[in-house]
Amino acid sequence: MPSTYEPIATTTLGSSAASYTFTSIPQTYTDLILIAIPLATSNGQASYIRVGNGSIDSGSNYSMTALGGNGTSATSIRRTSATEYSVEYLPAADTTAKDIITVHFMSYSNTSVYKTFLSRSGNASYGTDTTVGLWRNTAAINQISVTSGAYATGSTFTLYGVKSA
Amino acid sequence: MPNTFTKIASVTVGSGGSSSLDFTSIPQTYTDLCLKISTRDNAASVQNNIIFKINGVTTSQSLRYLLGNGSGPSSVSDTPIYFASNANNSTSNTFSNIEVYIPNYASTSVNKSVSVDSVSENNATAAYAQLTAGLYASNTAITSISITGNGGSSFLQYSTATLYGIKNS
Repeated sequence: MPSTYEPIATTTLGSSAASYTFTSIPQTYTDLILIAIPLATSNGQASYIRVGNGSIDSGSNYSMTALGGNGTSATSIRRTSATEYSVEYLPAADTTAKDIITVHFMSYSNTSVYKTFLSRSGNASYGTDTTVGLWRNTAAINQISVTSGAYATGSTFTLYGVKSA
Repeated sequence: MPNTFTKIASVTVGSGGSSSLDFTSIPQTYTDLCLKISTRDNAASVQNNIIFKINGVTTSQSLRYLLGNGSGPSSVSDTPIYFASNANNSTSNTFSNIEVYIPNYASTSVNKSVSVDSVSENNATAAYAQLTAGLYASNTAITSISITGNGGSSFLQYSTATLYGIKNS
């Protein structure tokens, strides 16, 4: 059986940081899965994703649709021509309870298609949401950044590669 | 490079049914746990909740979920951690589809966050899709997981649950 769910890189922050970036992502997988367990330095900070090839793209090339619930009501939003992919639009990470953020990057190395993302995030103190996203670029993704107001010491970010065969 | 999505144990319910699906003595050698569940229980309803026991109890648990049933979505804050499964009045032969993800389950220094995606589709009027953010507010390592049907119901034959361990290196 082939090895199809492989760790590419992982980090646990030894000090607070505004973002973390995976670089030199190998192009040998079909999809990527990011598992982020962020802890914030202050309450209610959400995370967002940017990707790129050679450098992180902060242009208006992202769009997304999100559906979420905060324990009281359910809502949905859309953003177009955004400068990032918001994987959490509800208030999120706080100083005591960690989020779980899972992001699937489909066909990230295919240079013929725009890249689509599917994410889930949740924090029992704030709520849960699911988001679909698009990066309007055919370049292969070899960099991914995860950004928030400030990630606290102990936040973890792990990138896995998934092969279809 | 190692294959890091490894089956720890799997349970399939036989013809006699089962009141619970249990995973005990979970090895502490992985980074995260992923539990895949497909269930149907004998409650006299279309849908019944599954109760999620960690280390044998439901204490110190809370959740917020987003629920869709084909009309207006809703969101609820509640205790303990639970999620939807097909029950005996669902369309015949239909079972739930559930994934539970638990990072840092072996940590003895942090509370445990739990993410759950569950559906009980059955091609009938009532069906549910539920996304859950759960919390087990304990820094005790998770060594056992058990799921039971709400109200003392039993899981029916062909219900399954498989626990996987994931390593980040």
